[in-house]
Amino acid sequence: MTTYQEFIQQNEDRDGVRCSWNLWPSSRLEATRLVVPVSCLFTPLKERPDLPPVHYEPVLCSRANCKAVLNPLCQVDFRAKIWACNFCFQRNPFPPSYAGISEVNQPAELMPQFSTIEYIVQRGPPTPLIFLYVVDTCLEEEDLQALRESLQMSLSLLPPNALVGLITFGRMIQVHELSCEGIAKSYVFRGTKELTPKQIQEMLGLMKPGVSGPHGQPLAPHDAAASCRFLQPVQKVDMNLTDLLGELQRDPWPVPQGKRPLRSTGIALSIAVGLLEGTFPNTGARVMLFTGGPPTQGPGMVVGDELKTPIRSWHDIQKDNARHLKKATKYYEALANRAAVNGHSIDIYACALDQTGLLEMKCLSNLTGGHIVMGDSFNTSLFKQTFQRVFSKDYNGEFRMAFGGILEIKTSRELKVSGAIGPCVSLNSKGSCVSENELGVGGTCQWKICSLSPSTTLALYFEVVNQHNAPIPQGGRGAIQFVTQYQHSNMQKRIRVTTIARNWADAQSQIQHIEASFDQEAAAVLMARLGVFRAESEEGPDVLRWLDRQLIRLCQKFGQFNKDDPSSFRLSESLSLYPQFMFHLRRSPFLQVFNNSPDESSYYRHHFVCQDLTQSLIMIQPILYSYSFYGPPEPVLLDSSSILPDRILLMDTFFQLVIYHGETISQWRKARYQDMAEYENFKQLLQAPLDDAQEILQTRFPMPRYIDTEHGGSQARFLLSKVNPSQTHNNLYAWGQESGAPILTDDVSLQVFMDHLKKLAVSSSA
Amino acid sequence: MICDEWRSRGGRDYRQVAVTSFLADDVCVHLSVKGCQPRFRDELKMNVNQQPHMASPYGQPQSGYQGYQQTGYGNQHVPGGYPTPYAPYNGPASTYQPGPPQGYSPYASFSSKALATNLVSDLSSPSPLDLGMRGPPTSGPPPVSGTQAYSQFGQGDTQNGPPPMAALQQRPSVSQQYTHGTMQLSGPQSSFNQPFGAPPTSMQQMTNQMSGMQIGSTVPSPAGPGYAPPTVSQASASAAYTPSAPSSFAPSSAVHSQPLPPDSVAQTAPQPFYGAPPTPPQPFPGAAPPFSAAGPAQPPAPPLGSQQSFSQAHPPSQPQFTSAPPPVSTASYGGPPPTTQASHPRAPPLTSQPSTFSGGPPPTSSPSQYPQPMPQQPPVSQPNPFHSGPPQPTTAAGFPPQGGPPLRVPHPGVQGPPMTSQGPPTSQTNHVAPPQPGMLPGPPPVNMAGPPAQPSMQGYPPQQNGAFGQVRGPQPGYVGQYPGQQSYVAQPPAQAPAPAPKRLDPDSIPSPIQVIEDDKLNKGNEPFVTGVRGQVPPLVTTKFQVKDQGNASPRFIRCTAYNMPCTSDMAKQSQVPLAAVIKPLATLPLDENGPYIVDHGESGPIRCNRCKAYMCPYMQFIEGGRRFQCGFCSCVTEVPPHYFQHLDHTGKRVDCYDRPELSMGSYEFLATVDYCKNNKIPQPPAFIFLIDVSYNAVKNGMVAIVCQELKTLLDYLPRENPNVASNIRVGFVTYNKVLHFYNVKASLAQPQMMVVSDVADMFVPLLDGFLVNVAESRVVIESLLDQIPDMFADTRETETVFGPVIQAGLEALKAADCAGKLFVFHSSLPIAEAPGKLKNREDKKLVGTDKEKSLFQAQVSFYSNLAKECVAQGCCVDLFLFPNQYVDVATLGVVPTSTGGSIYKYTYFQGQADQERFLNDLRKDVQKQMGFDAVMRVRTSTGIRPTDFFGSFYMSNTTDVELAGLDCDKTVTVEFKHDDKLSEETGALMQCAVLYTSCSGQRRLRVHNMAVNCCTQLADLYRNCETDTIINYFAKYAYRGVLNNPTKNVRDSLINQCAQILACYRKNCASPSSAGQLILPECMKLLPVYLNCVLKSDILHPGADISLDDRAYLRQLVSAMDVAESHAFFYPRLLPVHKLNVEGNALPVAVRDSEERLSKGGVYLLETGLNLFLWVGANAQQELLQNIFGAPAFSQIDPNMTSLPILDNPYSKRLREIIESFRAQRSRYMKLMVVKQEDKLELIFKHFLVEDKNNSGGASYVDFLCHMHKEIRQLLS
Repeated sequence: MTTYQEFIQQNEDRDGVRCSWNLWPSSRLEATRLVVPVSCLFTPLKERPDLPPVHYEPVLCSRANCKAVLNPLCQVDFRAKIWACNFCFQRNPFPPSYAGISEVNQPAELMPQFSTIEYIVQRGPPTPLIFLYVVDTCLEEEDLQALRESLQMSLSLLPPNALVGLITFGRMIQVHELSCEGIAKSYVFRGTKELTPKQIQEMLGLMKPGVSGPHGQPLAPHDAAASCRFLQPVQKVDMNLTDLLGELQRDPWPVPQGKRPLRSTGIALSIAVGLLEGTFPNTGARVMLFTGGPPTQGPGMVVGDELKTPIRSWHDIQKDNARHLKKATKYYEALANRAAVNGHSIDIYACALDQTGLLEMKCLSNLTGGHIVMGDSFNTSLFKQTFQRVFSKDYNGEFRMAFGGILEIKTSRELKVSGAIGPCVSLNSKGSCVSENELGVGGTCQWKICSLSPSTTLALYFEVVNQHNAPIPQGGRGAIQFVTQYQHSNMQKRIRVTTIARNWADAQSQIQHIEASFDQEAAAVLMARLGVFRAESEEGPDVLRWLDRQLIRLCQKFGQFNKDDPSSFRLSESLSLYPQFMFHLRRSPFLQVFNNSPDESSYYRHHFVCQDLTQSLIMIQPILYSYSFYGPPEPVLLDSSSILPDRILLMDTFFQLVIYHGETISQWRKARYQDMAEYENFKQLLQAPLDDAQEILQTRFPMPRYIDTEHGGSQARFLLSKVNPSQTHNNLYAWGQESGAPILTDDVSLQVFMDHLKKLAVSSSA
Repeated sequence: MICDEWRSRGGRDYRQVAVTSFLADDVCVHLSVKGCQPRFRDELKMNVNQQPHMASPYGQPQSGYQGYQQTGYGNQHVPGGYPTPYAPYNGPASTYQPGPPQGYSPYASFSSKALATNLVSDLSSPSPLDLGMRGPPTSGPPPVSGTQAYSQFGQGDTQNGPPPMAALQQRPSVSQQYTHGTMQLSGPQSSFNQPFGAPPTSMQQMTNQMSGMQIGSTVPSPAGPGYAPPTVSQASASAAYTPSAPSSFAPSSAVHSQPLPPDSVAQTAPQPFYGAPPTPPQPFPGAAPPFSAAGPAQPPAPPLGSQQSFSQAHPPSQPQFTSAPPPVSTASYGGPPPTTQASHPRAPPLTSQPSTFSGGPPPTSSPSQYPQPMPQQPPVSQPNPFHSGPPQPTTAAGFPPQGGPPLRVPHPGVQGPPMTSQGPPTSQTNHVAPPQPGMLPGPPPVNMAGPPAQPSMQGYPPQQNGAFGQVRGPQPGYVGQYPGQQSYVAQPPAQAPAPAPKRLDPDSIPSPIQVIEDDKLNKGNEPFVTGVRGQVPPLVTTKFQVKDQGNASPRFIRCTAYNMPCTSDMAKQSQVPLAAVIKPLATLPLDENGPYIVDHGESGPIRCNRCKAYMCPYMQFIEGGRRFQCGFCSCVTEVPPHYFQHLDHTGKRVDCYDRPELSMGSYEFLATVDYCKNNKIPQPPAFIFLIDVSYNAVKNGMVAIVCQELKTLLDYLPRENPNVASNIRVGFVTYNKVLHFYNVKASLAQPQMMVVSDVADMFVPLLDGFLVNVAESRVVIESLLDQIPDMFADTRETETVFGPVIQAGLEALKAADCAGKLFVFHSSLPIAEAPGKLKNREDKKLVGTDKEKSLFQAQVSFYSNLAKECVAQGCCVDLFLFPNQYVDVATLGVVPTSTGGSIYKYTYFQGQADQERFLNDLRKDVQKQMGFDAVMRVRTSTGIRPTDFFGSFYMSNTTDVELAGLDCDKTVTVEFKHDDKLSEETGALMQCAVLYTSCSGQRRLRVHNMAVNCCTQLADLYRNCETDTIINYFAKYAYRGVLNNPTKNVRDSLINQCAQILACYRKNCASPSSAGQLILPECMKLLPVYLNCVLKSDILHPGADISLDDRAYLRQLVSAMDVAESHAFFYPRLLPVHKLNVEGNALPVAVRDSEERLSKGGVYLLETGLNLFLWVGANAQQELLQNIFGAPAFSQIDPNMTSLPILDNPYSKRLREIIESFRAQRSRYMKLMVVKQEDKLELIFKHFLVEDKNNSGGASYVDFLCHMHKEIRQLLS
């Protein structure tokens, strides 16, 4: 038997699943006492180069409310050609095509290594991918130029048969018709008036068959190609569109002194959504919003156009002083839901020095699986490369994106699903496996994930419903099946089925086993997602208190200690890192808004709830590498004590890559020793972190902010704010002089945090 | 033949006379007095004597006439006689001329007189005349002659008529008027002076008139007679006066004769008279005394009264009379004398006419008379009762010459004659009345109804019937009037019967053509100098040059009255509308300078501190030039130092003639930034073309035509300096149920189209590139215009929007922060879902009901609100409609008509056939000079104020007329009301200031100043009116009225007001005449015919075939018409082109709009201002057809042709030239339609023959005149 760590790793590699507990308590009561719920992180499209898709339809359980897919856990009677569903125990005959089935001739889905299997199915006509650019023209000329180039470049990255559309907006919204010769046509909308989807479609001439557009050609509403003059194959309108983008002008309406440009982002998006809704419902499509500032007029407006009124801050929000916040949020939520229902995702590329209203607009991406990219300017490599990376391809030469995913969960009887947290919306599908207690987005066993990437990861929470007095037979296993239907970027419809099973354990007698099966990384991320999810709707301190209480309860449950004796407190290895994760989580921008704008918080949270476990962990507890002459680069504690004069530090927080040169190194560098032949090794030392950083940059989406700083540099704050402030101005001298750099903060350090935790955990009154 | 001769003579004579009379001034008077008085006296005496005689029988009158003629002229019963007499008279007497002069003078000074004749003719003659007219045909020669005679007279009448009228009028107000008149005349007179041969006559006339005035009506008649008889009569009158009421009169006479000047007139005595005059009774009394003094005649006096009227009426004839008159006076005098001694002479003639009219007299006398006249005149004349009438009166002998006059005379003569013949003059007057029936019925008359009954009268009845048949009305009227005359009547009755039977002769009633031609002759030859206050300008139909010497040219401002009543009581009494028709940016002929531009520097134009009137010639500089006193409000304002200038010894500034604002009636100031919106110098204006590209518009070819045309038309945008490119920017929009804006920025490789589907909430999708400079963006624009027709060639969209289209243009202008003009090319009812959506509400069943007004009202209030916004932005909207069904013009037109725009409508537009008309309209509309974002304000002297405005504009308060756009064809009619007294010394001043942005973006103020006289005597008012302008006002007033009142009420109130105007005149200025006589002021003698045209117009009296859209269209069209266009619109010009003289430039004299005037062998061109018809008679000569159409036969003429073939013969060339020149005169291109006689198109053509009855029941001129007469009589009784 391998260790749990290996087991976990193996399962993750095969199924893209990380469970908080790898042994499940057998009753509801026990489960709730474990503090961390039975849950898992699931990466639906986890890249499986070794997994060839099969070209046939999955075999489904014939019970109407089950419809589980045939999987390796099923009991099969090869002679009778019958299989028993492991979820509902329904006995199903194999379809005729399985006539040749035998113990030695099994279909792939019955083989244990195919607990995850992908089917390619034929469902309706293949529909091309759709990319609808929604471009803000209220930009500085320089920015606009950069954006123009990026967009033009992107045309070459699109699949040739992909449909593209262009909507530009500023004070007005222009929907460009792409297939016209001789005269460039566009439909124009004003940015202040909310329109119903029906109106939008009418105004774009997409309604009613027989109604003619300006050309007088009748429009067949469902003949996609003909119906939409606004969405055309790239290969056909490449030149036109390139010219059009080239002629894209800054919004011509004058912006008076002291005013913001009028930016009708809200209406522009509603038109984009309306357009797709009317032409390509339930087809994979990306609305890509490029905006250079906050919406300033119409519905969805985030801030007025008076510059003297600053955009809302956390302070304003807490004081309930953000007058547009609720309205705008509600508006964008409605929009996001509409897009999600139709399987369209919305990306937001916001590049501005000030906030752009991501707080209000985040749901657009959160609910539809879109990307959010935040930068200072379109004319930065951060944006340019990030945008380029959207169109990156995998080893098969296919785009790392999939559309219109629907994730359905089936559980064995002892389990019910409570909810999901991730870039998805509920499809409100009630089934026998839906729990009444919601965690995250619950009340359903189906979720829509409009856009999926290989790293898109959902947190799924379950509830053990087996009653305490109904013991599970020995050797019984709980099973969960994940059925993900999606549109592959090559236009194929695919279904990926993952079926996992875990053993039941009696918490009374097998608590140690359960404890050992604890996956503290997954648990930290799962708890963090719950925390972030709560933070969206609750006050920050409440969330922290909730997290603390959970941590304390967990420590009380699994810690070994003597009552009221903090020093006696011990945690087993499987839990040892968990408090530290929680400590950093408490300090993370996902829960702390101090020093972050609402937009930044939204941005961070957005990425946190859709990245996989590894990335999430980096976000919770950044990684710190140290480079020195004393040895190879090594990971070091994320602690102020790691900040030493003769080290170069590389910190990866997911969002930032910070290279920090210690005081001495910095002085050497200033003295330009690296340019001297005899100090080649110093040069190499300087180069090493850069190379490593580059490696990270290459793979990360979105591109992290790259910061090269040194001791005393202003940018060093990125590092200083992350490390555990073990040395502060308060205790600097108490800890002796030998190492580290003091952090000017009143934050508690990990040591203090742990002390308190121990005290509380052992306290009999807690 | 004779008749013709007469006519011609009479006419000419009259004219001459008129001229002389005009010319004659004080001087003339003197002369005449000296020279003529004696005669007059004698004549008077004679008259008196005669009258008595007259009184007894016609014979006497006749004899009198004869005598007159004879006496006066010596011998001549016959025309021949005239000549001689004329010679003497004319030359010397001018008296002869006077006759005409009277007419003229009356015209000029007493325009009313002429009318009077008409009236007379109408009234009295109506029956007789008609009889004559109609009779002629039937009766054959006699009638004919009669008619002819009439016609002659008629025309002559006008002349004559006027005189009489004048006389009458004069009387009442005469004294004053005279003075005024003279005063006024002085202007003209000066010129006249030269002619002076006539002077005497004029003098006489004057005196006569004066005396007449004083005397009562008599004088007038004298005036009429003045001509020939006048002198005599006058002489007599004066004599009589002097004798009769020497003291009082003396002064008056003295005054009159010499002092004539109003002042003199003012004489207390006279005034009283005058004052009295107003009321018939009084005048009479006065007159009577005089008469009595006159002696014998006086008895006739009463008749005189009546006669006077007649006489006045006759006056026209007077000219003739002059020749004849004299005789008449002598002879007839006997009869007339009574009427007015002096005037009577004429009066008699007049009376005689009346009598003729009355028919009553004619009857008896008429026969006899007629015979006489007839002989004199063409035999025909004789046949006519009228002729007979007149002739009779005049007596064949004297009258013959009169014959010319006779015609009129006939009427008058007839009456007169009748008078003479029957009940002497008195009867004559009555005659008129007697006319008959009235007379006879007189008693019965009262029974207006009676008239009909009167028929029993036989003679009368018939006449009445005949003439008035329709005339009856009039007759009644006559009757009504008659009552007093009854006595006469009694006599006439007997007589009447005979003559009575006839109808009113159309030739005897005032003829527009005659008036127009007379005016051309009299005023068309020399420049109209505006320096003198209160001059009546030439008619709009006359070609003349204007010299601006301190008052605005009539091309800019025309007033209904150039002599305003001093008090509101007077104004109310007269009911004459006081209005000015202002065309602020009128285009002037090439030989006249446009307004000079004045720059007063940074501080802006100098203005009165209190009323803010702009510096103008009416500002009086005082204190050595340091201050000026405002002519409007009398406030004294400091002269700014930079504007200071010394005064010369007369109190004028030394630099007066260097500064347009001190010496001109019209000029422009450069406005400073204070006069600009938001205190910002305005941007150059913009033109936006909005083109409907729905199915209908594409299919009928409009889209292609517009796009093609715009490519070239854009080079001709208005500019101030022809050498510089226009500053006007252009923009393009197409639409069906959505709008397409185009970005045609010069830097673009191809145009960009921006579709705005959100029509519910219109906005402009682009800022930069929508409005562009044509030169810079030419390539892109051309590419766009090339592509538009192709882009929409296959459209199947049939729904359109309209409200959002205008909103779009408006928003575009707002965004560009400039004023401008929208050209909307629209095809159908906007039923697409959008603001301003309309539903089809065409419901002909509502026509004629109380709900009819709703058809003229907008369907929704959306457009009026939109219009308000447009005006605020200076967004003028021109609408070109291409409907093939109901489009609700009433609603669509709201915005254009509120923003100073125009509506053009091309129903059933067909690319090929209608392209020319549309393109010409479009070109004109695009190219014409215009101002933008204009505000007009009219300031007036204390005492009156502008109270009502008509035209295409918007008013947000009661004083400022806001015009988003104001082009050179737009006219605003302003009505004034008294709020205090005006003074005669200062007159009434008005200043119309228009602040606008020129097409180059310059802000300017155009100022027009106008000063008119003020009067305390109604006669002066009536002498200085302009009927065309009054009609313009009435039409606009009525057309607005239909919005809120049932059409019938509007018609009734129009008729009522006119009746009041005429009744007031009759009562106060022509009182001595017989009640049965219709007496029209000279200046208003066409009022009935024109009014009838207004009443018959499609708006007020729709036929079954006219669509609601057309009515709404015409209604809105008329609301901004100037006088020239409204004139042609209501009384189309009908030109007998077969009489075309290929050699010269002259046009053939137009003929009256009546089918009777069309000759089967002729070809006529009819111009309505909107359409041209070429009517081809079935018997037109082959050569003519060949020349015009290149078609050998009538049957081969293609009735569908829209332009004449270009043939290389002088006739064809000339005709085409004429057509082109007509088109050039109008603001809209007139499509030519060829109408073949008996063809189905003829129905449309006949619709424009406005003197005839029309299909929908509109009255003929004659009928309407009778009706008016009835109304007037009712008012008087």
